[in-house]
Amino acid sequence: MIPVAFDYHRPASVDEAIELLSDDAKLLAGGHSLLPAMKLRLSSPGALIDIGRIAELNYIREDGGTIAIGATTTHQQIASSDLVSANASALAQAASVIGDPQVRNKGTIGGSLAHADPAADYPAAILALGAEIVVRGSDGGRSIPADEFFIDLFLTALAPDEIITEVRVPAADKSAYVKFPHPASRFAVVGCAAASAGGAVKVAFTGVANAAFRDSGVEAALSGGLSEEGIAAAAARAADGQEVLADHFAGEEYRRHLAKVFARKALATIA
Amino acid sequence: MGVIGQSIKRVEDQRFITGKGRYTDDIALPNSTFAALVRSPHAHAAINNVDTTAAAAADGVVAVFTGADLEAAGVGGLPCGWQVDFKSGDTMKEPAHPVLAATKVRHVGDPVAIVLAESREQAADAAELVVVDYEVLDAVVAATQATAEGAPQLFDDVPNNTPFDWELGDQAATDAALASAAHVTTLEYDNQRLIPNAIEPRCAIGDYDGARDHYTLYTSSQNPHVIRLLMTAFVLGLPEHKVRVVSPDVGGGFGSKIFHYAEEVLVTWCSRQIGRPVKWTASRSEAFLTDAHGRDHHTRVDLGLDADGNFVGLRVKTVANLGAYLSTFAPCVPTYLYGTLLQGLYTTPAVHVDVTGVFTNTTPVDALRGAGRPEATYVLERTVEQAALETGRDPAQLRSQNFIPAFDGVEQEGYQTQVALQYDSGNYGAALEKALAAIGYDELRAEQAQARAAGNGRHIGIGFSTYIEACGIAPSAVVGALGARAGLFESAGVRVQPTGKVTVFTGSHSHGQGHETTFAQVVADGLGVGIEDVDIIHGDTESVPFGMGTYGSRSLAVGGTAIVKSMDKIKEKGAKIAAHLLEAAEEDLEFAEGSWTVKGTDQSIAFGEVALAAYVPHNFPEGLEPGLEFTSFYDPANFTFPFGAHIAVVEVDAETGVVAVRRYVAVDDVGNIVNPMIVEGQVHGGITHGIGQALFEEAVYDDSGQLISGSYMDYVLPRADDLPSFETDHTVTPCPHNPLGVKGAGETGTIGSPPAIVNAVLDALWPLGVRDLAMPLTPQKVWQAIQQAS
Ligand SMILES: Cc1cc2nc3c(=O)[nH]c(=O)nc-3n(C[C@H](O)[C@H](O)[C@H](O)COP(=O)(O)OP(=O)(O)OC[C@H]3O[C@@H](n4cnc5c(N)ncnc54)[C@H](O)[C@@H]3O)c2cc1C
Repeated sequence: MIPVAFDYHRPASVDEAIELLSDDAKLLAGGHSLLPAMKLRLSSPGALIDIGRIAELNYIREDGGTIAIGATTTHQQIASSDLVSANASALAQAASVIGDPQVRNKGTIGGSLAHADPAADYPAAILALGAEIVVRGSDGGRSIPADEFFIDLFLTALAPDEIITEVRVPAADKSAYVKFPHPASRFAVVGCAAASAGGAVKVAFTGVANAAFRDSGVEAALSGGLSEEGIAAAAARAADGQEVLADHFAGEEYRRHLAKVFARKALATIA
Repeated sequence: MGVIGQSIKRVEDQRFITGKGRYTDDIALPNSTFAALVRSPHAHAAINNVDTTAAAAADGVVAVFTGADLEAAGVGGLPCGWQVDFKSGDTMKEPAHPVLAATKVRHVGDPVAIVLAESREQAADAAELVVVDYEVLDAVVAATQATAEGAPQLFDDVPNNTPFDWELGDQAATDAALASAAHVTTLEYDNQRLIPNAIEPRCAIGDYDGARDHYTLYTSSQNPHVIRLLMTAFVLGLPEHKVRVVSPDVGGGFGSKIFHYAEEVLVTWCSRQIGRPVKWTASRSEAFLTDAHGRDHHTRVDLGLDADGNFVGLRVKTVANLGAYLSTFAPCVPTYLYGTLLQGLYTTPAVHVDVTGVFTNTTPVDALRGAGRPEATYVLERTVEQAALETGRDPAQLRSQNFIPAFDGVEQEGYQTQVALQYDSGNYGAALEKALAAIGYDELRAEQAQARAAGNGRHIGIGFSTYIEACGIAPSAVVGALGARAGLFESAGVRVQPTGKVTVFTGSHSHGQGHETTFAQVVADGLGVGIEDVDIIHGDTESVPFGMGTYGSRSLAVGGTAIVKSMDKIKEKGAKIAAHLLEAAEEDLEFAEGSWTVKGTDQSIAFGEVALAAYVPHNFPEGLEPGLEFTSFYDPANFTFPFGAHIAVVEVDAETGVVAVRRYVAVDDVGNIVNPMIVEGQVHGGITHGIGQALFEEAVYDDSGQLISGSYMDYVLPRADDLPSFETDHTVTPCPHNPLGVKGAGETGTIGSPPAIVNAVLDALWPLGVRDLAMPLTPQKVWQAIQQAS
């Protein structure tokens, strides 16, 4: 439980942080995924670039019908934001059930998305809400749609020299996130987010597969609307055709079943 | 009124709550080095070579030692403290348990080398540079596989991986009773392996003082004297008087800190080699892999009932997984502390138990809170409840009708069981009645019936556990008769200072139990002094005469009685001094509330004055020595037998399989109670621990012997929001054979609760066709059982 020795930098700006990035350096935000991995020596970067105190990265604001959230905004700030609750409640709900108060007070949305734990809570909400992840690298910036961001276990569309600076979440009419927490880690065994905006409903899962995903089967089956029967029929298709994670706590069959149950619960909440 | 029976706030809590406890890791000796252990990543492998060249040359490294170095130095293996011989009479197989493995590793985490460096960081870095050439062997993990044809063998000299087998009770009578029973209930299940999870990881510091040729070992242990004895006499061959072992504040143990561990030997021996202190602190990962685990039984049980529901016979066959080596207490747990409890609270006339202990490529298994008694209680209480469900009887009624009638152990004799023990005193029906009243049994059954009739998906279940356990280990006469090498007494020195203040040196050890308060209450009442005038010293072989330590809920019954015996001697001598000072005859004096009074007069002298006189003697009569201090050793006459009735109410979400514990009533009888608040705390912690086993906790190994549940990401400990507010109460049936009338309260909750929870869940799901569930009742398991049943 002792990390390998490393250098420590605390840049004052995003530009400075980008300059410091190298193959051997890692960004440090809340440290709640990175430091445990370093203590177990699963990760041994030669340097840490602490972006946790860069003021320009910590904010939640409205920006023309979109909620803009700075990358180092903590889970707790998101969970307790009225702006997020009113316009993207799935995101606020996801933030509010992450880990425990210590984790929520330190962990950041940028760190969670970059880390891309298959059982992390945000990704489902980010996908269902159709958010965009704004990043900046040495060659300038770009905005990655959520649908293109999560690729595989701990793998995203983020390039090694890029920093997440902002998450842009379009306001939804209604949205919800529900989760079956693992009793030990409290990560999501299955987490489902559902959001409706302009009559379209999006449904996404976390915890179910190697990466969080939109469930097109469920979404397609919802064309009949959010009646109780409609929801039941759509939820019954949850994770169909998906390769599903299996572990000692929840094997494939049980996880598929939970996906159906939690799809129903999420959809019922926005009906 | 005295302070016994009062909920005095724990005097130790001030320092714990304000972060001022002094744990082993808080001790920073000047010039210390830090140790990191190189541990096997394989469950079973031959060691071809250990190359320490790179590690020895790394930054800050002071020395690196391997198993070969220890062998060359003549360091012995870790001893086992208990012997259980084969049924055939053959001696128990006790294979070598090397401090560092030299030729073979037998479980993941088995230590292979130790690296000493100037800092913890440098030690950890250098440990990664030790290159061990392993030849990986097939591993055996499950108890039931260990004796299978062709199973990998851990030791050349232990055929079938079986160091002992054991039986107790009348097999022929039991078989006959079961053959003629009207109904036989049979269960076969695993009592799963648990990991102890003390909040303070183990830590050890060795400090050799060359000038005095003297060793000090600081270690987070539950019994420093036993560690000193085992280490000096059996492992290092050191003169015991040249070794001091200190266990300062210890942050919990649950049993795991009873045993003598390799790291204690290593830091002591290494300190001598390098002439500097050596400190080792376990990481949490090391704690998961190397703290001795608990439970891990595979059991088949048959309970026979006659047509009226009377139990006629109980047959139990258990394979106990001992892990890779015999840990200090290991053989005694699944035998003396398990088989002897299988009478339970019942009059069952024929009982037989057969136990096979087996080695596997897993972490050694030893005593864990309850140690054998939770396993025995689970056997009985799951099976009795199952019999009630199968035969359509009320589980409370079925128990009552089979209870041993009340006996106080004074007017009525103790109850002789079919499995060696004689219970001290008991009133089992009273505890159950009280629990039934507390939970509102009839209303609950009505609510359950209503929910079932309504078919509203609320699956309510009510589960029972009426348990008995044995504490106060261990009367040497009783365990000696069973074949144990020795009993376990306790010592206490009571020193009255010249000002009448009292210092107690107890061989019992507090690692969360609150001895500093409870023992002080006993002394305050016994000598009529203020509780603030009593200091309890424990955990240091230099100041405490001897000690067997704290486990098996023995501290007050055995350690407390030793204190009482010393206080008796103090009062006896005090009376002589008082008689001298009062110029009265000793027989005319009576001692009460801290003074000796000449009976029928107002002539009296206070305890403090007598104490002063003891150290400032004037004209003492011949034969009366100065001083007021006594040490006593107490070997208990019998075990003590706490008992109780626990009732759980659960609700199962059939859709997800999640079990919610709605209510939990525990009526425990721990004999007389010195500090009700401390007892309640122990009961709450114990129930939580037991609910942990029932619903959450499980050490999971894969087939290759890797521990899958090796961190808090996977190993589920119960948390506050998993639990209801416990409803606890007591009946009081004093222990007749110790002066305090106490029985022991540290483990009752852990022993009683697992079957109550499992029984409640089965009661909830019985109408759906679910007939059995194995602990822990994870949501997936419950859901699958419902799917398969419907
Ligand atoms: C006890 C515990 C329980 C937890 N429970 C949950 C849970 O229930 N649900 C859940 O979703 N999560 C859970 N987590 C994880 C937690 O949410 C982490 O905080 C989060 O995953 C990482 O955010 P961070 O700010 O701490 O990132 P860090 O740990 O600092 O960094 C994580 C990774 O992201 C990179 N990174 C950080 N910031 C950026 C950025 N702006 N741009 C690019 N890369 C970046 C880092 O280089 C690193 O690789 C838990 C963690 C702990 C310790």
